[in-house]
Amino acid sequence: MTCLPAQTDKKLGLVIDLDTCVGCQACVTACKEWNTGGHMAPLTDIDPYGGHADGVWFNRVHSYEHTTELGGRTVNFPRSCLHCEQPACVTVCPTGASYKRASDGIVLVDEDKCIGCKLCSWACPYGAREFDADVGVMKKCTLCVDRIYNDNLAEEDRVPACVAACPTSARHFGDLGNPTSAISQLVEERGGVALMPELGYNPTNRYLPPRARSERAAKVDAPALEPIKAEGGFLGWIDRMLSN
Amino acid sequence: MHPAFSVVIFTTATGAGYGLLALLGLLGGLGFIPADFWLGLVGMALALGLIVAGLLSSTGHLGRPERAWRAFSQWRSSWLSREGVASVATFIPAVLFGIGWVFLGKSGGWVAAAGLLAAAGAVVTVCTTGMIYASLKPVAQWHSRFTLPAYLIFAAMTGSALANALLQGFNIGSNAMPASALLATLAGWIWKLATWRHNDQLEIPTNANTATGLAGGTVRSIEWPHTEENYLLKEMGFRIARKHSAKLRRITQALAFIAPVVLLVIAFALPWPFAAIASVLAAVCQLAGMLVERWLFFAEAKHTVTLYYGR
Repeated sequence: MTCLPAQTDKKLGLVIDLDTCVGCQACVTACKEWNTGGHMAPLTDIDPYGGHADGVWFNRVHSYEHTTELGGRTVNFPRSCLHCEQPACVTVCPTGASYKRASDGIVLVDEDKCIGCKLCSWACPYGAREFDADVGVMKKCTLCVDRIYNDNLAEEDRVPACVAACPTSARHFGDLGNPTSAISQLVEERGGVALMPELGYNPTNRYLPPRARSERAAKVDAPALEPIKAEGGFLGWIDRMLSN
Repeated sequence: MHPAFSVVIFTTATGAGYGLLALLGLLGGLGFIPADFWLGLVGMALALGLIVAGLLSSTGHLGRPERAWRAFSQWRSSWLSREGVASVATFIPAVLFGIGWVFLGKSGGWVAAAGLLAAAGAVVTVCTTGMIYASLKPVAQWHSRFTLPAYLIFAAMTGSALANALLQGFNIGSNAMPASALLATLAGWIWKLATWRHNDQLEIPTNANTATGLAGGTVRSIEWPHTEENYLLKEMGFRIARKHSAKLRRITQALAFIAPVVLLVIAFALPWPFAAIASVLAAVCQLAGMLVERWLFFAEAKHTVTLYYGR
């Protein structure tokens, strides 16, 4: 059913730290690797080695220059499904292929019911859904639903592939509906924000803004470089001879 | 937004078809248009033909058209599903009305009831089509109070131009039909100009700052996640140059509004068959203009996902 659950038992989601993300794309490739064999498999690539490479990815990392009166800085920005509390991508679905789970709030697509009308991708302001032109259905982030409840994996591995891969621990996974969870505390402490709150989708995922600039950095100018002197003596003579 | 031809043709053709169906159901059922076999046959074939052609064209937009039947299931939440249900439901009274009015030569009684139900179904279906676009918050140009009335006005406008061409073609002259077509065309023109004016002055609260959560200052895209255009950019990132859009707006006005107004005035002034020729030309010209209008409706619409790409 594409009608939304009145509330969900949990609000599983991601918290992404824009302060520590270095834009290494490890989460992107880990996501692709897991999910091309996972719940929404395959993540088709079209013309992958040609001049017009295209394909389905659930997670894309942008880079921005954020300039304020304090100066500019580069911000790497991973973008994926935010598992909204009011996901219009679900309610617009005419077939019931898109749904939001009442148990944990994850937004999923049933590939066997999808007719590929693409309306859900129009309804998503965040560009989280990508159409698989080869299979003819819409695909999206599953929050690695086939990892997080997977008893075959060690307990510490039961997190989304992007979270497991992040080398700077910029990605966090947990229940954002529980105010006492570590992830909710982190959002509280760092002033995590929702994207495009004015549209009223109530995204579950939160982004932690870059920390304020520190005054602790060294302020001493680096010593000026010395001019290169012509080397004298025997070694200088060899250098000149070999340079000719 | 990418103007997919299947969707441009679908919304234009079904709009005109439902407009004509509503007018025939209303005027034919109540006996204002006499039950004539050939007039009825051509009129109903035109209306239902445009609707069927449009609906078939819309399935060309689907990745898995063989599953299209599933789209009738989620009418509780989805305007697209409601459109599917309404469009199919409208066929029942429309076909009954066609049998009674065209083949049995009747009006009034159950034929009138079927005609009125078909007209009501046509209006509801056009409303659901308009709401598909009007309900999409990420596209500010569509999520406005102008969208739903536009779909209704344009359906009435193209429908009455077709109905007028039909009646004039069969030399059933009254001044009411060309006058209605003329008034509807002027209403459509005013509404389109008002819509463009509204869209050009639109102040959208969503910007690169709110999209990234980075408060204050400017947020400039310095690197995309990919080197080639992906699905998002192909589908939602379609852009049209300002000068092209200005030119296409002039073409829209010339074909969809100005030329039909002139031709309908000529139809008033001249006797048959010149009035008939002018009326048919007005309807055809208007449909061509509406295809350009619908193409622009997509091409000028900006989706919020483009903010992530610095567009």
